[in-house]
Amino acid sequence: MSAAAEPLVAARPRPAALRWLRRYGLATLGGAIILAWIVMAVLAPWVMTYDPNFVDVANRLQPPSAAHWLGTDALGRDVMTRIVYGARISLSVGLVVVLVGGLFGTLLGAIAAYARGWAEEALMRVTDLVFCFPPIILAMAIAAALGIGTVNTVIAMLVVWWPKFARLARSLVITQRSLEYVEAAQSIGFGPVHILLRQIIPNAVGPLIVLVTLDLGQAILVFAGLSFLGLGVVPPTAEWGAMVAEGRELVQQWWVATFPGLAILTVVMGFNFVGDGIRDWLDPHARTR
Amino acid sequence: MPAPAEAPAPESRPEPQRNDLLLRVRDLRTWFLTDSGAVRAVDGVSFDLHAGETLGIVGESGSGKSVCAKSIMRLLDEPARIVGGSIEFRGRDLATLDDEALRRVRGREIAMIFQDPMTSLNPVLRIARQLVEAMTAHGRFTPAAARIRAVDLLRRMGVARAEAAVDSYPHQFSGGMRQRVMLAMGFSNEPALLIADEPTTALDVTIQAQILELLRELNRDLGTAVILISHDLGVIANVCQRILVMYAGEVVEEGPPEELLSNPRHPYTWALLHAAPRIDTEATDRRLTTIDGQPPDPRAWPDGCRFRARCPFAVDKCAEHPALLPIDATRAARCWVTQAGGALHPPGRTHAQAAAPAAVQSTAPLLEVTGVTKHFALPKEGYFAPSRVLRAVDGVSLSVTRGETVGLVGESGCGKSTLARLVTRLHEPTGGRIVFDGTDITHASPAEIRPLRRRMQMIFQDPYSSLNPRMSVGEILAGPLLLHRIVPGEAAARARVGELLDLVGLPPAAAGRFPHEFSGGQRQRISIARALAVGPDLVVADEPISALDVNIQAQIINLMVDLQERLGLTYLFIAHDLAVVRHVCDRIVVLYLGKVMESGRASDLFTRPLHPYTRTLIAAAPVPDPRVERARRHVPMKGEPPSAVNPPSGCRFRTRCPIAQPRCSAEEPALQPGADGQLVACHFPGVL
Amino acid sequence: MTRYVVSRLITAFALVLFATLVVFLIANTVPGDPALAALGDEQASDPAAVAAFRAIYGLDLPLWEQYWRFLQRLLQGDLGVSIATRRPVLDDIVDYAPATLELATIAFFLSLAVGLPLGILAAVRRDSWVDHAARFVALVGVSAPTFWLAFVVLAIFYGHLDWAPGTGRLDPIAFPPDRITGLLLIDTALVGDWETFHDAAAHLVLPSIVLAASTLGLITRTTRAAMLEALSQDYVRVARAKGLLARVVVTGHALPNAMLPVVTLGGLAYANLLTGAVMTETVFAWPGLGRYTFRSAVAVDFPAIMAITAIVAAIFVLVNLLVDLSYALLDPRVVRK
Repeated sequence: MSAAAEPLVAARPRPAALRWLRRYGLATLGGAIILAWIVMAVLAPWVMTYDPNFVDVANRLQPPSAAHWLGTDALGRDVMTRIVYGARISLSVGLVVVLVGGLFGTLLGAIAAYARGWAEEALMRVTDLVFCFPPIILAMAIAAALGIGTVNTVIAMLVVWWPKFARLARSLVITQRSLEYVEAAQSIGFGPVHILLRQIIPNAVGPLIVLVTLDLGQAILVFAGLSFLGLGVVPPTAEWGAMVAEGRELVQQWWVATFPGLAILTVVMGFNFVGDGIRDWLDPHARTR
Repeated sequence: MPAPAEAPAPESRPEPQRNDLLLRVRDLRTWFLTDSGAVRAVDGVSFDLHAGETLGIVGESGSGKSVCAKSIMRLLDEPARIVGGSIEFRGRDLATLDDEALRRVRGREIAMIFQDPMTSLNPVLRIARQLVEAMTAHGRFTPAAARIRAVDLLRRMGVARAEAAVDSYPHQFSGGMRQRVMLAMGFSNEPALLIADEPTTALDVTIQAQILELLRELNRDLGTAVILISHDLGVIANVCQRILVMYAGEVVEEGPPEELLSNPRHPYTWALLHAAPRIDTEATDRRLTTIDGQPPDPRAWPDGCRFRARCPFAVDKCAEHPALLPIDATRAARCWVTQAGGALHPPGRTHAQAAAPAAVQSTAPLLEVTGVTKHFALPKEGYFAPSRVLRAVDGVSLSVTRGETVGLVGESGCGKSTLARLVTRLHEPTGGRIVFDGTDITHASPAEIRPLRRRMQMIFQDPYSSLNPRMSVGEILAGPLLLHRIVPGEAAARARVGELLDLVGLPPAAAGRFPHEFSGGQRQRISIARALAVGPDLVVADEPISALDVNIQAQIINLMVDLQERLGLTYLFIAHDLAVVRHVCDRIVVLYLGKVMESGRASDLFTRPLHPYTRTLIAAAPVPDPRVERARRHVPMKGEPPSAVNPPSGCRFRTRCPIAQPRCSAEEPALQPGADGQLVACHFPGVL
Repeated sequence: MTRYVVSRLITAFALVLFATLVVFLIANTVPGDPALAALGDEQASDPAAVAAFRAIYGLDLPLWEQYWRFLQRLLQGDLGVSIATRRPVLDDIVDYAPATLELATIAFFLSLAVGLPLGILAAVRRDSWVDHAARFVALVGVSAPTFWLAFVVLAIFYGHLDWAPGTGRLDPIAFPPDRITGLLLIDTALVGDWETFHDAAAHLVLPSIVLAASTLGLITRTTRAAMLEALSQDYVRVARAKGLLARVVVTGHALPNAMLPVVTLGGLAYANLLTGAVMTETVFAWPGLGRYTFRSAVAVDFPAIMAITAIVAAIFVLVNLLVDLSYALLDPRVVRK
């Protein structure tokens, strides 16, 4: 579409609020969703009336009702309570895996990229190696060998999670290290550690934050998947993936498997909205509109 | 606003057909309707263009010249919109034409070439495809015929081995070659008008000369009208029969170059002329005439004359917005002062009479470089490919005495930037010696060099990437102070930062702001302040003004000259612009492909260049005076710069030298003394 | 060009070798003991039986010798004998692989067929309702857990609406065709057994849609981003200035450039589909590699795990190699100097 001559319309700028909503509305929604989940997870013990592991066989497989808002599962446990308690596990696992793996990977990638030479080559080979395995497979192998359980699964996930951060950090540092302000800092006499940590990394932080946000959702997905397969949490712990597994055969009692999955969906979507919003915010092209 | 009536052109120019009005732009207004307000980039521009005529539009960044050109072709996207005016082309108004009719005009009747040849061609498509589709899209040729014509066009544009070139990909060509391909594309449908938007800005000066020569030929032979847009008055004077000067979205002056450039009738033109150093005259004072400040904010043009805030000739009447009124038959200007008959006097002493350049002091050189080389190993293409070496600097010797300004000149790939980084030990030389004030720093470790870093500093080319965007100006300037413990603590650092800012002409409040809040020229001032923070003796300036507008360039040059006097600095000044180098430097070293071709005093080098490369360089640099242009000897430089990975045997310049002899390929000339302290590396110095 | 290919082949081979070594080391330094797992409690308490078991499977040899044996057999095509099924692992894999191949390939093409045009349209009509819809669909696809989506889809279309058949590749009463390739669609078509062909195709619908969901999201987003990037380049403006049709500018100029990152990501996505379909296969009772991997992992079946890992690594490396090679074909800057 090319600019055509039109009468002078839209000379007055659109209200700032409307502009902001168009651009960041989804991101705000995502943020609200995540915040809501966090609050629920933290306040779970005080707010939920049922105990997540309280078995009540007489009341098993009840559809959603006033007493049990989301119904009960095969052992009569309240689905809603189990979902809220499951949030605690999912959110903490996601946080640990992404923050620890992300920190480790970023440092490794940044240092290797700045040091260059064999360190960088070695890093590339190692990450290549880890990339050969889809997370599920490697996590399965490690979790199976170490035994099931939350901690072991987290360890397995950590092993596969750090390389993508290393790769991203490396490419960001490579971009920055050829910029003139780095040369200026070198010519002033700053040492490599100072330049890397205090000058380069602050400029590389943006895309890393986007990746962290998006990955929080992905980590929750992977962990739920592993629990679904039986490798993650130990029963009877309430966890979303495990709950879907329990309800998998229950086509008629659909609420047992559907609601935990919906929980996963909303949380992951929330993180994706926020991550996309941050990415748009950082993108210089988008600013000029 | 009536366009000025045309008078017969001077005899030296080809006679354009006066009865054939090609393009008539009236009161063109192109605004960017952004969310934060309307940016009135082009605000009422009118001009006529006749068939076969060459029109130049000159102005600095933000003047609206590029937006004006793109508006003619309607190549602007939202939020840009043509909000008023008309663009009559051969009876149709392009501003209101529907999309399909416009598509038929584009590339067929009006063609356009852009500034950056490196990104103008699609990297994954062959040249043949990109040329052929330009011709078949308008149904004038069959694909087979178009391909034959494509090869012919490439040949016409001077692309070597056109048959092979047409099947190649863009990345296999240099910038100059790609611009020739762009010209071939533009002329392929024999358009009536070619718009060239800064076509040579990204090219070396010798390649630029070739491209401008090509443009002149095509205009003469094919009768295609040309609108040439540039910020360089010399380029415009070289090619165009008429000039429009734009400032703040308006045309402020119009006329033929012979008169406009010798007797400007608008203060802005006057300022442009006097702010640019001249390659053909000796300067009496190193300082240039500058005007303060920057162009106004396009979101809110000031009332009255938009140049008033910076105009040294402003009077009361200037509070009223002047119209573009004719001065005589061929000229018009938008200025009350000259309209009323006032003259724009030649630049007076705007600064106190400067002392003659400080006599060069002690004879012991501050910096001595002997036979230094730097080879970069290039990544291998595969496990079995031979390893390649880039000989960026291949045996350079020079010395810099305390207090003088030595210029390092050459085109892209000559090694001047690498040499700058070798001297400041950002890179380690592969061979040779570098001695700074008696200390051999050739292979010194970072720890050994650290104390010396206080004594030599560097200023970089790109004002946008040489400052850390995440650090405030205060932090950037305090960094070196605290690292070298020049000041005892934070408070003292803040005070010193204020002094430094004052030294470079910035307000103390700047310390709390971030680089992106400043303009290019201001950022260079911050860079200079950072370099001065440690109190160096030697400042290596790597193309410090190349990325700036002419007026700002002049401001920075003046600043650097001032600082040299006040602080007793020694400069190693690297540039590709010969006029600037002649103006600012005591001695000059000319580099080509990693070797020194010639060196000597600035005045000697320019009045009596001994090396053929120096001579062709000087001849290629455009001068903003058509009469001088015509009187100068044109020394053509053939071909493209050779590869630094595989330099020519013997004399490296021989592949492009107009006077090359068999001896030049057999034997490499050593750097010999010529006349009067000049050093030349040529078997036949002074012949050309 | 040849040099490039050979260099990449060597790198690929080295990578696969390393991968097997790594897995071997992991498998042997972790606590699980396959002998105990396979023998069951009663026999496991008898040291002689355990020792005999270990001897049969070579578990009592030093590590490096076990690895060397493994490599030798690998090069001869012998992937060892599964501890759990007592059959050669190669046979197991040959049995299970075609199901995954069929499902993954169909899912991949489905996501391409929908994702590419959607991404291109979203980029060309930026900020329109098409763009927003495409982005939303992509987002949901990427955010939904596959195993849950499988359940939901099965529950609705099979459980409640009865539009689609149940789990598995064929109806329980159907006669599977003679095995030629193992790919049901091909095998039934080759012998003209159209009834079973329809049955197999019907069973493929739901799982391939589920499997395609997340890949679809990825491809749409990547295509959109790559097209936006390409459309903002100078050469696109030049193409418009030449007076080319808008369609030609998009498909002839922007698209070839946008395809480069899409090919890279697409390749990775396909490899992921081939090797990571375990969730979908579990819910749909699909007898594929994913389920086999999972069972082997749970049973700590070393030979099977190692063989599968080698194969998975090989698949990834192969796909990456193909992506690199196609990059060399698509992007002339890669090999030509």
